[in-house]
Formats: sequence, structure tokens, C-alpha cells
Amino acid sequence: MEWETVIGLEIHAQLATKSKIFSGASTAYGSEPNTQACAIDLGLPGVLPVLNEEAVHKAVLFGMAIEAEITPYSVFARKNYFYPDLPKGYQISQMELPIVGEGHLEIEVDGNSKQIGITRAHLEEDAGKSLHEDFHGLTGIDLNRAGTPLLEIVSEPDMRSAREAVAYMKTLHELVRYLDICDGNMQEGSFRCDANVSVRPKGQKAFGTRAEIKNINSFKFVEKAINHEIERQIELIENGGKVVQETRLYDSVKDETRSMRSKEEANDYRYFPDPDLLPVFISEDYKALVKTQLPELPQAKKHRFKDQYALDEENAAILTCSCQLADYFEAVLKDSGCEAKLCANWITGELSAALNKAGLEISGSPVDHKRLAGLLARISDNTISGKIAKQVFEEMWKSAATADEIIAAKGLKQITDTSAIEAVIDKIIAGNPGQVEQYRSGKDKVFAFFVGQVMKEMQGKANPGEVNKMLKAKLSQ
Amino acid sequence: MHTKTLPDLVRGLRSREFSSLELTQSFLNRIRQHRHLNAYITVTEEDALLNAKAADVRLAEGKAELLTGIPIAHKDIFCTLDVKTTCGSKMLDNFTAPYNATVVEKFNQAGAVMLGKLNMDEFAMGSSNETSYYGAVKNPWNTQAVPGGSSGGSAAAVAARLAACATGTDTGGSIRQPAALCGITGLKPTYGRVSRYGMIAYASSLDQGGPMAHSAEDAAILLQTMAGFDEKDSTSVNCPVPDYSAGLNKSIAGLKIGLPKEFFSDGLNSHIAATLEAAINEYRKLGAEIKEISMPNLKLAIPAYYVIAPAECSANLSRFDGVRFGYRCENPADLTDLYTRTRGEGFGKEVKRRILMGTYALSAGYYEAYYIKAQKIRRLISDDFKNALSEVDVIMGPVTPATAFGIGEKMGDPIEMYLSDIYTIAINLAGVPALSIPAGFIAEMPVGLQIIGNYFAEDMLLNIAHQYQQVTDWHQQTPKGFE
Amino acid sequence: MSLTADDVNKIAHLARLGIDKRDVESYAKDLSGMLDLMTRMSDLNTDNVEPMAHPMGQAQRLRADVITEQNNREKFMAIAPQVEAGLYLVPKVIE
Repeated sequence: MEWETVIGLEIHAQLATKSKIFSGASTAYGSEPNTQACAIDLGLPGVLPVLNEEAVHKAVLFGMAIEAEITPYSVFARKNYFYPDLPKGYQISQMELPIVGEGHLEIEVDGNSKQIGITRAHLEEDAGKSLHEDFHGLTGIDLNRAGTPLLEIVSEPDMRSAREAVAYMKTLHELVRYLDICDGNMQEGSFRCDANVSVRPKGQKAFGTRAEIKNINSFKFVEKAINHEIERQIELIENGGKVVQETRLYDSVKDETRSMRSKEEANDYRYFPDPDLLPVFISEDYKALVKTQLPELPQAKKHRFKDQYALDEENAAILTCSCQLADYFEAVLKDSGCEAKLCANWITGELSAALNKAGLEISGSPVDHKRLAGLLARISDNTISGKIAKQVFEEMWKSAATADEIIAAKGLKQITDTSAIEAVIDKIIAGNPGQVEQYRSGKDKVFAFFVGQVMKEMQGKANPGEVNKMLKAKLSQ
Repeated sequence: MHTKTLPDLVRGLRSREFSSLELTQSFLNRIRQHRHLNAYITVTEEDALLNAKAADVRLAEGKAELLTGIPIAHKDIFCTLDVKTTCGSKMLDNFTAPYNATVVEKFNQAGAVMLGKLNMDEFAMGSSNETSYYGAVKNPWNTQAVPGGSSGGSAAAVAARLAACATGTDTGGSIRQPAALCGITGLKPTYGRVSRYGMIAYASSLDQGGPMAHSAEDAAILLQTMAGFDEKDSTSVNCPVPDYSAGLNKSIAGLKIGLPKEFFSDGLNSHIAATLEAAINEYRKLGAEIKEISMPNLKLAIPAYYVIAPAECSANLSRFDGVRFGYRCENPADLTDLYTRTRGEGFGKEVKRRILMGTYALSAGYYEAYYIKAQKIRRLISDDFKNALSEVDVIMGPVTPATAFGIGEKMGDPIEMYLSDIYTIAINLAGVPALSIPAGFIAEMPVGLQIIGNYFAEDMLLNIAHQYQQVTDWHQQTPKGFE
Repeated sequence: MSLTADDVNKIAHLARLGIDKRDVESYAKDLSGMLDLMTRMSDLNTDNVEPMAHPMGQAQRLRADVITEQNNREKFMAIAPQVEAGLYLVPKVIE
């Protein structure tokens, strides 16, 4: 039988606010345990929540970006369950009236674009962490993360393969970083994913029973975990079994999912409106204001880069995968006055490789846009060749010097004086009669040998165009 | 000294007729002398004496605030920094709050001297103060009778002059009912008028702190200190606080008083009815117009309340889990055991009953039928008040169906106990302010008159109450043995 | 409407509330009594009534995104039943 996969994702994006969603405690990551858990985060008796305006702002910004309806009157609800990392015994979340309603996101897989529906996005507070290292058979609880604002983004079951799911997740990841609402750091858990996966015979309308896979915190694992789950479900059904609705945990070490909660422990969260909080009203004026704050979004930017700068799909896609990288590109372009293609190639080539190697983001690049622009300008005006430029770039990476300073200090300025080049060419031709004979008898490949020899003699500083032209003339004499 | 009104005490302190230390010492002595009433859970004698001395210094320097040197006691539901806050529960028997409730902070700022923390029904759930882990409080008018609840300790302490004044909280009548049963003046302000921050929650959308005092005049001074916007409480309302004392002497001629026929139906005890009739007659004499009104949905207040309050409390009390503070059971076998035994051993029976009720009302399949239905009824009741208060200025009625009942009398029948809140509960559902003032006695036990006003009309309520207290002396009576 | 002992045990588990076996029946009776009280609500038609969650139809106030709380761990941990290395300790959590 042929099977079709149906996938919906729930993404938890930590909103990059300074303070928590309902308290004035810091949200900074990695502090000593429980040093950022204030009385409100700890759920001490008598304390009360007050909503952080920036959490609302970021949620509305997101809603605008996915062209969703912003709920004019949204309500916080209590989701009741007992767990040690949940101090109050309930999580403040949203149930019936989430702040962001239906929207959509466009993804691209193999050059084809597809629209994925977003059911809703709601604000809620994060829980703390259980530390399972052994404290004499006990578990330690760190509540620093408790109360960090989360935007839970729920998709429609619109994805049909693990690759589509990954594409959706990446597109969303790119979007939240563009909007500057989430730092997207997956290692630190700022962007987490749960996947609802089911299979059905191809052609069947009704959905199969789904399993929810929790704890997938990298793009690689999402694909693996979903593919593993698809295989498990198909194998189960084909062997006469039935998929049960349950929560499964992905174990990245063993590359498998396993059942997490027993079936009889049916959750009854007893949602009801949180009486400590009032409804959040979003006015038309506020929406209009937030709309003006929307940055150019990734898709639009990519299309503009292709149109305005005549970049190819690949370069445009790479440059727009982060807002900072795109800004860097445009800054280099403006400062250097070079061709867009040259700038794009350098940024996606040399610079990206160096950043990757050093494990840095563009924001942490040792070569800022001004210095790179200075370097590319010297390629453009033929002061140095592309090859020498790479050498200069390496120096720039290690120092704070400008391209001009390095070129001057190391004497790398390209030689365009034809008499100097001619003298070297004459010397090389005289010294290699055998190769000259070969070339003249029609072995064109030997030409490269001559170019190499000339450049070597001139320590790479000769203008390659000039060398080519003069060599050709001399050899055919 | 202990029988003086707050304005007299303030004047006496400022004129150096007596010192705060003397005043505080005299109340501390009375507390010790009348320990059998069980009004206090904690007496902060040392701190009180220190603060009284400090108050005397400020008084001498002429730097006195509104309440500098006045001895006050707080219901043990308000968190007090570094002083035990139990909420009347074993669960918090070992709990010392690391912060002050906003109300406590405001009284500290105003210079009041805290004598201690007052007994109450466990987590404010009860109408008799018998559910307290620390035992029942006795009514100073008859020590065989309950003082009412849940602010029973507050009412008894004020009535017996074990504090110059006190704070209470009211979720379904917990200020007004004990005030009525102990013969004092108690005001439940408009929801949102007094900050709930640091006040341990029972039912968040109904809870409201308020003053408990001898007279409307005293209550006005206390409310002046308690009321006001607090940015730490999302439900606190940002609207100006009037000068409550300044409005006390306004004439009430022409005042329109509504009497809901539902309050005065055949069900009302004839003695209570007669007492209220006499009180209303006084208002007639003061120039008020009396009008019968109808509030048809009042009869559904009890069922709606006993869905909403338990539902909210079932979640509010989930934080008492033995992990971060408070009681924890011995040697829990596993996580579930930690939770169930801590909560099973830490909470008393009435609290458990309400948690169970609330959990049930919110659980899958019952939410619509109970919780949503109750919220709809709440809307109708609230509309009843809106309609009535567009016709009349205030509504008057009974506070309780009878005078204080005997200790132990109703403990076996929780439903019977719930029904005794029949005249007070609807006010909390609507969120309007109401006060109870002493209006007479039946067989030597005090009877209260309830006056209900529109949102933020506390100044009007206090004015109306004060005018009555100018022509009557019910509020000046002192129980035998406590003169 | 009446609740059985079994119902009470289920709700008690949901609320993680230990209840003495001897008390289960009396809770069942009390809760059933409360539910009887509540059935009165169903006499009233409320089809077109909007549920009311709060006394006043006000909007949630928003707080500026500013850090106002400092580390107060020592003070908070001092009132906790069991702590170690800055952590709250609980019986082993099994996922």
C-alpha cells in the first residue's frame, strides 16, 4: 500500500524580552540556578502576575508577519497540572481566545513553493527545568526559566513529508529572527518543536491517529525523528497493529521515539480564564502602529535581491537567510560601489567560509562591512587581483588593518606596467624552449604553464588580463 | 484608651495625652488577658513595642503620618515580611513570607503599629472561623457562639478591643458577616479598590480586602490608607481615592434607598426583619426615601458562587505542593506521594471540599454546565445590581439570616453553613462595595444592617453609615467583660 | 445529581489531594449536596447571556519590559523544605 504522511508542528519560540512575561525577573540564559526566579516565578502565596507589554508587541508583530487575524480581545487561561517545574500547579497560557488567529507561511521545497496554514499562535509562560543528575536519588528543580515568555505557534496538518516539516521550521526560524522576536538559539531551547505525525493510505480523506513527538531541538533531528516515526507507524499498521494517540519522546542518541506518558493518565487540564489577569485588548490603532514596524520579510527581500541586484537564486537565498547578513551585503554594496555579483560572491564565499570555520555569526564577524567594502573596491579598480585579495582578506581577518594598509605594507599592488611584464615574459619564453615548441605545435594547454610561470616570477602581482594578452601575442610571434 | 475612636486616638497621640508605647502596651495586655478568645494566631509583641517607640519619636518630631502610633492587627491572610503568615492553615504553619502585602506596606508607611496576625477560617473558607487550624475564635458577646468568618479573628479582636482596628478580606461576606455577628463596622470595597498583592488568594475574582472597625468614621480612615492603585495587581483599578473622612458629614436628605423584596421575603427571620425595619426608619427620619425594588436573580447567587469560588480556589491552591515553601509530608515515596500526602495532610476538610468541588466543576464534560453557566448567572446578578442602582442610590438589606450561632452547631452540615451567606454573596459576584453596621441586638447578640452601593461609591456608603451612627449608639456598645 | 466514592477518588487524584478512606463517603455526600444546590441554575435560561469572568469589563494593563527583580535566592531558599546547590529537591522525576 502507498502511504501518505500528515504532519503538523507546534513550535515554541521564546520571545526575546528582557524580563519575564508576568514578572520583572531577568530572562537571561545560563545563570546560576534559581537566581532569576522571583517570588512571582516561584508562585509564592499572594503574588500576582502583570503582563509584559513587549511580549504582546512581539506576538502581534508575528501575527502581522504571517498575515493573521489579531484577536481584538484575547484571554489568558490557566492550564492545570502538577509537575515540579511548574511552580503554581498551573501554566498561564491561552486557550479559547489566542492573541494571534489564523495565518499562513510560504515554504519552498525543491524549488516549489507551498503555503502552510498556521492555526494560531498564543502567549504562555515557560516552565522551569528538572535536573536529573542524582541528588541522592532526588531531582533538582531550577526555576530560572519559569515565566519566560513563549509564543506557541501551531500549524495546520499541512505538511506531507519530513522535508516539508523541516522547510517549514526553517522558514519560521528565519522569520522570528527577522522580526527580532526570538533569538532562535536551539541549543539553549529558545526555539523548540513538537511534531504531530500520522499516516493514512494515499487517497484517504480522514486523518490517521496521530502521535505527538516532543523534544526535537534541531533541524536535523526533526527530519530524523519524523521519518523514524513514519516508519514505525507504517510498520505497525502493516503488521496489523494500531497507532495510539500518545506523546512520544525522541531520543537522538538511539535515533528512535519512545512512549512518554502512559495512556491511562489522560490529561484533564481544566482550562479556565485566569482571574488574576484581565482580557488583552488590541486596538486598530495599535495594529496600524505595529504594521509600520514590520521589517521587509525574508521572501520579499529575496525577490528584491534577485530583481534589484540581478543575483541568482542561490546567492539571493543565502544572503537573505538572516536579516543581519542581508544588511551586511547591502552595506558592503553601498560602501564599495562594486558590482552586486562581486559583493555577493565574496560574502557567500570567502566571508561565509571563514565565519563557518570560526563558528561565528555575521554579527560577530571580525571583518566589518566597511573593511570588506574597502577590499572589494581594490579588486574592482584592478589594484589587486582576486587571488591577492584572498591573501589580503586573510590578513584583515587577523588584524584591524584596512585593505589599503595591508596592500601598501606588503607591496601587493598589482603591476600594470607593461614593460615590466614584457621583460618577465621574454625571460620565461627564452628559458622554456620545449614548452614554446609544444604550444606552437597546437598544444593549447601549455598556455596555462606560461601564465603560472609569469605570475610566480612576479609574485602574483601582475594584472592577469595584461599577462594573458601579452603572452598570447608573444607566443604567436 | 482602648474604647476611644481612631480620631480620638490620633488626637491623643499628637497631643501627648498618651504615648504609642502606652497604647500599644495596653492592647498587648488586653490580648494576653483575653487569650481565650483565640483571636490572634501570632502576637508580634517585641516588634510592636519597638515600632511604638519609633512612632513616639516621630510624633515628638512632628513627623507623624495618618496612623502613626495606632495599634492595628492584620488578618493572617496578608503576607508580612519576616512574620509568620499562616492563612489559618497547617499548610503554612511554618511559612514566613519574604515580602509584605501591599496593604500591610501601606499601613506600615502610614505609621500604624502591628500588634499581630488574626485568626481566620482556613484559606478564608468558612463562615464561622471554625475551619482554622488554630481552632475556633469565640464571639466576645457570647463565648459559646461563633464570631462569624472568615475574618472572625478580626471581628472578635475589634469587638473585644484587642486592637484599635483591623483588616479583613471578603470573598463572599467574610468581612460583613463577622462584622455583623460581632457588632462592628466592616466594609468590603469595590473589587479592584484595594490591592490584592500579597493577600493569599482564595477566589481571585471575588477577593477584596477591607477595614474592620468600630465605626464608619474609623473605617473611613482605614480605607483611606488601604485604597489605591497598585501596579503589582492587574485587577487593581486606577481611579482617584476620595477623601473618605471629608464626606462623612454630608446630609443624606433625599437619599434613595432600595429594599429588594427578595431580601425581605417570608424567609427572613422576623426578629431580624424588625431590627432592620427600625434601622430603616431612622433613615426615613434622616430624610431618605425608601423604595421597594426587585432583583430577581439574587436567589441564584449561592449556586453560582459555589461553582466560581471553588473553581478559582482549586487552581489558586495548587501551588501548595511541598516543594518551595510551607508544609511537606514526611518521606515521600515518589512525586505523586509528595503531592497527595502534603496536600492531604496540610489542608483541612473544608478546604479539601472546595478544592474537590472546583476541580469537578472545571473537569472535562462539566465545564459548560457548571463553570460557564455560573459565569452567565454572575452576569445576570451583576445586571440586577446595575439596574437597581440606576433607580436608587443604595440598597439595604440584612447581612445574616440570624445572629451568631453556637460553636459546633453547623459544622456537620456544610450546605447549611453555605446558605448562611445568602445575603452577602451576590455583592462579591457583582463586585460592588457594601458595608455592615451594627443596627441593634436580638437576645443580646448584635445584628448588622447591610448597605450596598455602586462601584467606587465607598465614600457614599461611609457617609450614609456615619449619619446613622450619629443618631444611634449600637456601634458604641461593648460586650460584657471587655469594657 | 450525586457523586460516588469512585468519582471522589478520581477528582481527588486530579487535584493531588490525599483523602482519608474513611472520609470518601462523606465527601461524596457533601459534594452531591452542593451539586443539588447548583442544579437550581439550570432552571434559568441563559442562552444569550455573555459569561462574566470579572466584575468590571476592564482591559489588562501592560507592564514595561524592565528588569525590576534582583537575585533573592538565599531568602527564598530559606523557606523551602529541601534544597541543595541552589536547587529545590523533589522525589525523582521520571519522564
